[in-house]
Amino acid sequence: MSKPRLMQGNEACVEGALEAGLRFFAGYPITPSTEIAEMLAERLPRVGGVFIQMEDEIGSMAAVIGASLAGVRSMTATSGPGFSLKQENIGYAAITETPCVVVNVQRVGPSTGMPTSPAQGDVMQARWGTHGDHPVVVLAPASVLETYVLTVRAFAIADELRVPVILLSDEVTAHMRERVQLPDPGALPRGERPRPGRAPANVPPMVHFGEGGRILVTGLYHDPSGFWTEKPEEADRLLRRLCGKVESRREELTLVERWYLDDARVAVIAYGCVARTALRAVRLARERGGRAGMLRLACLWPFPRHEVAALAEKVDAIVVPEMNLGQVLGEVERAACGRCRVIGYHRVDSELIRPEELVPVLEGV
Amino acid sequence: MAGERWEARLAGAGGQGLITAGIILAEAAVLAGRNAVQTQSYGPESRGGASRAEVVISDGEIDYPKVTGPDVLLVMTQEACRRYLGALKPGGLLVADQDLVDEVPPGPYRVVRVPITRIAREEVGREIVANIVALGVLVALTEVVPEGVLEEAVMARVPRGTEELNRKALRAGLAAGKGTAAR
Repeated sequence: MSKPRLMQGNEACVEGALEAGLRFFAGYPITPSTEIAEMLAERLPRVGGVFIQMEDEIGSMAAVIGASLAGVRSMTATSGPGFSLKQENIGYAAITETPCVVVNVQRVGPSTGMPTSPAQGDVMQARWGTHGDHPVVVLAPASVLETYVLTVRAFAIADELRVPVILLSDEVTAHMRERVQLPDPGALPRGERPRPGRAPANVPPMVHFGEGGRILVTGLYHDPSGFWTEKPEEADRLLRRLCGKVESRREELTLVERWYLDDARVAVIAYGCVARTALRAVRLARERGGRAGMLRLACLWPFPRHEVAALAEKVDAIVVPEMNLGQVLGEVERAACGRCRVIGYHRVDSELIRPEELVPVLEGV
Repeated sequence: MAGERWEARLAGAGGQGLITAGIILAEAAVLAGRNAVQTQSYGPESRGGASRAEVVISDGEIDYPKVTGPDVLLVMTQEACRRYLGALKPGGLLVADQDLVDEVPPGPYRVVRVPITRIAREEVGREIVANIVALGVLVALTEVVPEGVLEEAVMARVPRGTEELNRKALRAGLAAGKGTAAR
């Protein structure tokens, strides 16, 4: 482990990306993600990588896809308004099976909103922002150290499954500075791209531009040879395989943390910065004799519905605090399927939910 | 479980360097072998507008990263004093810039008034180092981190070429803090 130091969330994202072997970043700076671009502009050239500030977010997402197809690990970082602009090309990455990492540091939206303030309003956009059914993996860190760990993981998943991976941070987690000790270089698995001769189930091997093969990349529905097709059976096969790459790996993509759940009667399900509030609230409730616990989600999509269903069997109620008007709440209700009460708690005024306001909710159920 | 928390809120206007001061205080705590989290809240403007930095220091885990009932509140504008005084922990310490905060309502807290910005301007020579003077005052009054470690943290964070200016500011702040009797 490294020496302890104070590090910002966005800085940890940069360190994680470089540890994962990032060699190309294209972006357009936007608060509260700007530090990522700022630091990579300085760091990437030193490791032989490329940093480009593009004309806008649409162009930067396209450049990231191009660099990835040429064989290097690529990413971009943005926030709400920029994330909206990247959506079309995220869909292109999904259908062309181009590995890439998109960091979205959530701020208050919609539109320009409140640029410097935290929110969690992009959970559904991260899943469904681009049109059509498509595969995507969404990771949500709750600390500076976890931002590092999940950034490394994001690149591994993106490469192994050939999917876009969204690192869904928030203004609190991204701007917060914490004491961290990073794992030693190489300690976290970096994953690798499927190549001819060694590709996992459902994921076709990848040949990069410039390696000598004939490559066709198209956003049109295509058959296994890469040529466009309008055959219904080929279209059906492609989309089911694309989505199946992620769906069939729901268990291995389940990243949850359990806190005080053994004897819990009421459980909080939380993610990102709000999980920090929730942990404190659970501890306060326990100090007062309440039997509260927390299930923290670090991977939001694919949604760990089996974990939520099992939890709903055990507890009387699940409380879902979010800095939106109820986005993960709906998924929890769907997974709990009436097995226990599900209660949402929402704050959308740009302030992080405070533990003192959550304790009465836990005690009231 | 979370260890004993010590919380500080530094509040004023954008441009007063309070976020930098918060970062330095948290870095000093980490250098001193303690756990620390620093957060902030600021507007879209780079100068003016409300700005606040928060620092939580603990020897244990820090779950909730924001300040809820600060042990110490530094206010560098009247508006910050009005807005945040109510949340100060009973028996907590309020440090106010004497020239920028005219009115401090009485309450169950210690009040220390120091002409922080004036010291930076007149004794140190540059108003821009008022944040470092303020750090000196805070640490002299609370001893939350050793002075030597604070100086190390200041030196590691300030732009090259400004070390002497900042060292002078820190020492002026430490002296002012020690010389001030609590009301």
